[in-house]
Amino acid sequence: MTDWIDIGTLADIPQRGARTVQIAGEKEIAVFRTGDDHVFALVNECPHKKGPLSQGIVHGHSVACPLHNWNIALKTGEAQGADEGCTPTIAVRMDGERILIARPVAMQAAA
Amino acid sequence: MEFQDGLAPAAESHEDILVPADDLREHLVVVGNGMAGCRAVEELLARDAGRYRVTIFGAEPYVNYNRIMLSPVLAGEKTFEQIVINDRAWYDDNGIELIAGDPVTGIDRGAKTVKSQSGRTVGYDKLLIATGSDPFIIPVPGKDLPGVISFRDMKDVDTMLAAADQGGAAVVIGGGLLGLEAAHGLTLRGMKVTVIHLMDTLMERQLDEAAGWLLKSALEGRGQTILTGANTEAIYGDGKVEGVRLKDGREIPASLVVMAVGIRPATALAREAGLEVNRGIKVDDHMVTSDPDVLSVGECVEHDGNVYGLVAPLWDMCRSLADGLTDQHSGYKGSVTSTKLKVAGLDVFSAGDFSGGEGCEDIVLRDASRGVYKRVIVKDDRIVGAVLYGDTVDGGWYFDLLRREENVADIRDLLIFGQAFASGGGALDPKAAVAALSDDAEICGCNGVSKGQVVSCIEAGNCSLDAVRANCKASASCGSCTGLVENLLAVVLGDDVKSGPKTMCKCTSFTHDDVRREIVAQNMRSIPEVMQLLHWSTPDGCSSCRPALNYYLLCALPGDYVDDQQSRFVNERMHANIQKDGTYSVVPRMWGGLTNPRELRAIADVVEKFNAPMVKVTGGQRLDIFGIKKEDLPAVWADLNAAGMVSGHAYGKSLRTVKTCVGSEWCRFGTQDSTGLGVKIERMTWGSWMPHKFKIAVSGCPRNCAEATIKDFGVVCVDSGYELHVGGNGGIHVRATDLLCKVATEQEAMDYCAAFTQLYREEARYLERTAPWIERVGVDYIKSRIVEDDAGREALRARFLYSQSFSQEDPWAERAAGAQAELHQPLAPIAIAAE
Ligand SMILES: Cc1cc2nc3c(=O)[nH]c(=O)nc-3n(C[C@H](O)[C@H](O)[C@H](O)COP(=O)(O)OP(=O)(O)OC[C@H]3O[C@@H](n4cnc5c(N)ncnc54)[C@H](O)[C@@H]3O)c2cc1C
Ligand code: HEM
Ligand code: SF4
Ligand code: FES
Repeated sequence: MTDWIDIGTLADIPQRGARTVQIAGEKEIAVFRTGDDHVFALVNECPHKKGPLSQGIVHGHSVACPLHNWNIALKTGEAQGADEGCTPTIAVRMDGERILIARPVAMQAAA
Repeated sequence: MEFQDGLAPAAESHEDILVPADDLREHLVVVGNGMAGCRAVEELLARDAGRYRVTIFGAEPYVNYNRIMLSPVLAGEKTFEQIVINDRAWYDDNGIELIAGDPVTGIDRGAKTVKSQSGRTVGYDKLLIATGSDPFIIPVPGKDLPGVISFRDMKDVDTMLAAADQGGAAVVIGGGLLGLEAAHGLTLRGMKVTVIHLMDTLMERQLDEAAGWLLKSALEGRGQTILTGANTEAIYGDGKVEGVRLKDGREIPASLVVMAVGIRPATALAREAGLEVNRGIKVDDHMVTSDPDVLSVGECVEHDGNVYGLVAPLWDMCRSLADGLTDQHSGYKGSVTSTKLKVAGLDVFSAGDFSGGEGCEDIVLRDASRGVYKRVIVKDDRIVGAVLYGDTVDGGWYFDLLRREENVADIRDLLIFGQAFASGGGALDPKAAVAALSDDAEICGCNGVSKGQVVSCIEAGNCSLDAVRANCKASASCGSCTGLVENLLAVVLGDDVKSGPKTMCKCTSFTHDDVRREIVAQNMRSIPEVMQLLHWSTPDGCSSCRPALNYYLLCALPGDYVDDQQSRFVNERMHANIQKDGTYSVVPRMWGGLTNPRELRAIADVVEKFNAPMVKVTGGQRLDIFGIKKEDLPAVWADLNAAGMVSGHAYGKSLRTVKTCVGSEWCRFGTQDSTGLGVKIERMTWGSWMPHKFKIAVSGCPRNCAEATIKDFGVVCVDSGYELHVGGNGGIHVRATDLLCKVATEQEAMDYCAAFTQLYREEARYLERTAPWIERVGVDYIKSRIVEDDAGREALRARFLYSQSFSQEDPWAERAAGAQAELHQPLAPIAIAAE
């Protein structure tokens, strides 16, 4: 069973923008809100050289990394186009306006 | 006469034409140097270049140009030179005698001669009449007043441009294709335009009521006044036109009236010569008139009861004509036509018959939010007509199905969604769509080029858009088929395409310059509006186009435009430079590179308080504090603000630094106060957003310690004044500046700096630094705008200062005071103890 954590409301994230979530002992998470109000969460690290994806330009359902402009698909975390690499995704669930993300059990178990 | 060496020099045109004595070829005389006349000759040359000696008479004093492109010339998108189809060299190279500016006034069929206005008499073996059409002038009082014109040739465009220079109001009578293109051009040229249309629907011959209504609202949205159901009673004015009066008594003042109510085949010459003429000059399937030695093509003919007013039929006519003249008779079968309106940002397409009627079924799709209306008319399982508004990409496909009378029963349900859906797949792959077109499908309507011709042109080695345009003319005119041609290039060449004028990014087929021009022309006010009006192919752009659009709008609408933070690169959003470890570096502004103990102390305190691992003196004479976390940025700024320092914009596409040397105040070589001038310039220019970063320096003498000659704008002081240099940069490809000019006073140096900066802001493409910009446009152009045009320079300077009045807010102070705190803070920190 997935354990869900409430991290805030849709309005807390600017459209075509992102905010970060810090969970003690975990890698920082970037939570994205797209132009059509979908919400996605990824580990806040680009597969290329760990650029903070939360600071990139969000377009469609992708984000362009602020460091070297790799484009990362928000849904899968995969680099698009000619680049290869993948950032771990975190499951997101909406409860009305509230955003819930999956508690990263696997990571904790591994730690 | 000197033809003794046996060469056949092109005859000189004196009275009559001189013919080399040994040229025994049959003589083809063409009356009309327009689109059909010249195309006929081109087709003939392609089949049998040496067969006829050719003479062309033209009433207009020009070489052959593309008449349909007069609209873009009027709109300022093209110059006359760019719409010439065949230049002088073409006539010379092919031994064609062109007699331009001298209309033919009579034909003597018995003697087989033509006579021209200037009195020339020329004999013919075959005569080709290609006189086109005359604009129809409605017989109302005042129709002959100066200022009342039609829209048919280059002379009319010149008249309109001259009128537009005076500003004021214009009335266009006629809301058809031609009238609307005239109205669009005049609007862009700054006139207040009213369109008077007799019918209730604009372009009623091409559009149905729904599409006409959408078009009308769109044009009104652009500031035109559209009066439908309006009947002109008279044009009034004393000695020149002053306005138009309608039957209902309304008066519309105007200094220019353009009549675009229709055309009449120009048949007078043929009629007087006793040829059979009905609505047009009657021709058979080989374009031969009632006299076997007289042929005719173009808008002046009537074939099988039909008269045409568009170019596409001309291409077919000219093929049949040339086949006939070279004894390979093929025969013209009439044409089905389609129409596109050439008004940027308004896509309108229609083809065939859409009047409905017995047995016709309509398939309609409306998408109000996208402003799309599509209607396809089907009869007996075949498409008989199509009207598209807002989304015309499938126009070519419908038209192809229509012309080939293809049975569409199988794809009927998906037909309206366009080719990509209807031909299966479902994925909208434009390449697959063009690949699926038949070889004789028309790609370029302006120049009559089929898919097969484009493909063979590419296969012959023309691997770029420019090369294709140059060699088969596809997409060389109105450009609306550019996308199709690019897709064909991609299909034929795979990935080896060399693209022509680069489009802004993959979200659009427009170039930076196109987009910028349209933003201003259509007074667009937001990024979504630009994307809607210019048909962006992605929902909200990409990381290339969004920052560019944000800048273009900001530059076009100072004080009005609300900056879109989400369309800025991280550095400009965070007002600091992101470093490779995700921390930021902070560079406070030090005017002209000057500092003082208070500032230095504040910087030292910040370094200690926030544990910044490094401080460095930059190349631009500033101190750069490294390793600041995004959460700490507002606090750092607050501390720096407290000591009087503001953002140094070391992170932005903006004015970076003004570097100075110590100048006459301290240096024994100094000629002027370079430090003081640098500080003044920095106070004037700081905070301005630019297409790219922009650096300035002021050196106190030609020893140039501030390295002013590798800056975007550099001042080198000399005894007699200030040398101004532009377009330099350091970096991988060092470029030294070009000397712009020398001025005498500090004030002038400041004024020229402001004007140059604004010119760069308004005309360079986003992410183009001054160096490549100047190499592209030429330093002479910059001089013509900044040095030679005093009024223009002053206007640029004024626009710069106006724009600066909104941009000199310190972004750090706003953030330090709490603005957009969420950018620096995580969502509620979550403390979940590891289990
Ligand atoms: C502003 C504008 C926009 C247009 N846009 C489109 C469009 O988007 N799509 C489209 O399909 N069509 C368009 N058209 C229509 C298209 O231009 C015509 O169909 C085409 O030019 C007709 O070719 P033509 O050779 O028959 O006539 P023209 O091109 O008019 O050529 C006739 C030539 O003969 C000359 N001439 C006439 N009498 C004499 C004489 N006695 N002696 C010597 N020379 C003579 C004329 O001066 C003229 O140069 C447009 C027309 C205009 C004016
Ligand atoms: C993201 C990349 C870059 C960042 C963040 C950056 C940042 C800076 C900063 C902060 C300075 C200090 C001087 C100032 O305030 O203007 C500077 C100076 C300079 N930069 Fe960069 N820079 C970048 C890329 C480049 C590149 C690609 C080039 C060369 C092509 C370049 C060439 C220079 C030069 C020549 C100077 C010295 C300028 C002078 O003396 O005025 N920089 N840069
Ligand atoms: S540029 Fe000239 S005036 Fe300025 S410091 Fe150098 S030598 Fe002195
Ligand atoms: S770290 Fe993301 S593109 Fe290089």
